[in-house]
Amino acid sequence: MIYARPGRTKILVPSNEIVEVASFIRDTLGFDHAESVSGTDYPKDNQIEVIYHLSSYSDDKLSSQVMALSTRVNRDDARLPTLINIFKSAEYHERETFEMLGVYFDGHPRNERFLLPEDWADIPPLRKEFRIKGR
Amino acid sequence: MENLDQKFDETIKMGLEIVKETEEDRLMTLSVGPQHPGSGHFRFTIKVDGDYIVYCDPDPGYVHRGEEKMCEYRNFIQNIPHLERPVIHDSTNITYSYSLAVEELANIQVPLRGQYIRALASELNRQVYTLYWLGIYGIFLGHSTMFMWPVGDRELFIDLLEALTGARVTHAFNIPGGVRNDMPEGFRDRCLRQVAYFEKRLAEYEDIFYNNPLFRQRTEGVGILSKEDAIKLGVTGSVLRASGVPFDVRKAEPYDIYNEIDFKVQYMQTCDSFARSMVPLLDMKESCQIIRQLLDKMPKSGEVRAKLQPNPKGPAGESYKRVESGRGALGYYIVSDGTPKPYRVKLSVGSFRNMLALPFLLVGSKLADMPSIYWSLNYWPVEADR
Repeated sequence: MIYARPGRTKILVPSNEIVEVASFIRDTLGFDHAESVSGTDYPKDNQIEVIYHLSSYSDDKLSSQVMALSTRVNRDDARLPTLINIFKSAEYHERETFEMLGVYFDGHPRNERFLLPEDWADIPPLRKEFRIKGR
Repeated sequence: MENLDQKFDETIKMGLEIVKETEEDRLMTLSVGPQHPGSGHFRFTIKVDGDYIVYCDPDPGYVHRGEEKMCEYRNFIQNIPHLERPVIHDSTNITYSYSLAVEELANIQVPLRGQYIRALASELNRQVYTLYWLGIYGIFLGHSTMFMWPVGDRELFIDLLEALTGARVTHAFNIPGGVRNDMPEGFRDRCLRQVAYFEKRLAEYEDIFYNNPLFRQRTEGVGILSKEDAIKLGVTGSVLRASGVPFDVRKAEPYDIYNEIDFKVQYMQTCDSFARSMVPLLDMKESCQIIRQLLDKMPKSGEVRAKLQPNPKGPAGESYKRVESGRGALGYYIVSDGTPKPYRVKLSVGSFRNMLALPFLLVGSKLADMPSIYWSLNYWPVEADR
């Protein structure tokens, strides 16, 4: 548990437990879809944080809540199990995270280019060592 | 002549052989876009078996601008003008949740009148967006009056927003701490007059577009997205509400002064393209009376924005805020490391979330239904790409 504010809760789990925790969040707590999946690069810790913002449509009491499920992976070998079997709505978000931060999602059917140009040959652009030209 | 007949026979033979060769050869691959399948650069590849679509693969990214990366190089205030570029027709809403998130990070209190004007601008801008969307839907269905009318009436609200903010389309009006300026003199009366006129027009819209048998034929029963699937796919906005889920961020998690406004969440149970085109119309009607309430309940005078430091910043932390935009929930996830520039900004936009429903709905439907399904998803390609 990182914080619990009104409407917002964030938990940090080890990457090997994320599938079980996500199943628990869906089946027991009632959060049924992912609003966003984002990654944040922390070169100082040599880690990337991947965070799922989960919310609920089917339970009225939870509709004002957003649960942030996060995990951290090593930057050099960024691999995570995919959550699309639990939250189907995360499919395109995970694919975007793969191309923007280079986090490989094991079990995701398409870890491939999505928004970037077809001939993109640089490092994933949302990693901190990627600099915009002239800045 | 003999030669020609021979060639003709050969072609027929070749054709038959190709069809016989494998099952896959029966299919034809079509590339829809990227040059404006309707509006905005977006491409999807479909495979058709006769009339029916059997495969669909969206390929966004033609208008990807790297908004999230750009945010990391500018301070919290400098980010506003470029953040509204993804959806210029709804620019007040896309900066709304950004302002809310920055306010939480830097602990800024917005004056009450500022909150009301902000909500008012957001409602007016939602009308502008929805009318534009409706006009494009008319183009998709080949109904040119349906393009002309909404795009013409959109000027009503553009004029109001121009008087309020000074710009027609990209306003940069919402800033952390409130709004840029107060309402001009006489704005209230003008707004009430235009909204009253627009409500009459909405009744005409219903008659001429929504009760049009051709429009109904092309949308009713087309592209059914059941409630369970809508929840599973995590779609949002009018697409979700058309599938029978009464979810609206303004109601579910009221921001600013929305808990003092009395309104109903508009939703339908029929789950088809018609419901997805009807819900925005119901939203526009509801929005008209929200605008009236906002004008009535607004404090008559007072500050409209909080005084900020030159380079506002807060302690290290993070914030996730969402508002209801024209395309559904629009969330910002901002991580701050304590400097005036954000460390990471993530936009979770409705268009990107609704895109997942596109292959789901297109597969199994007829090619002729493709336009009415695609645009009913309230998908704005530029916003999805960011």
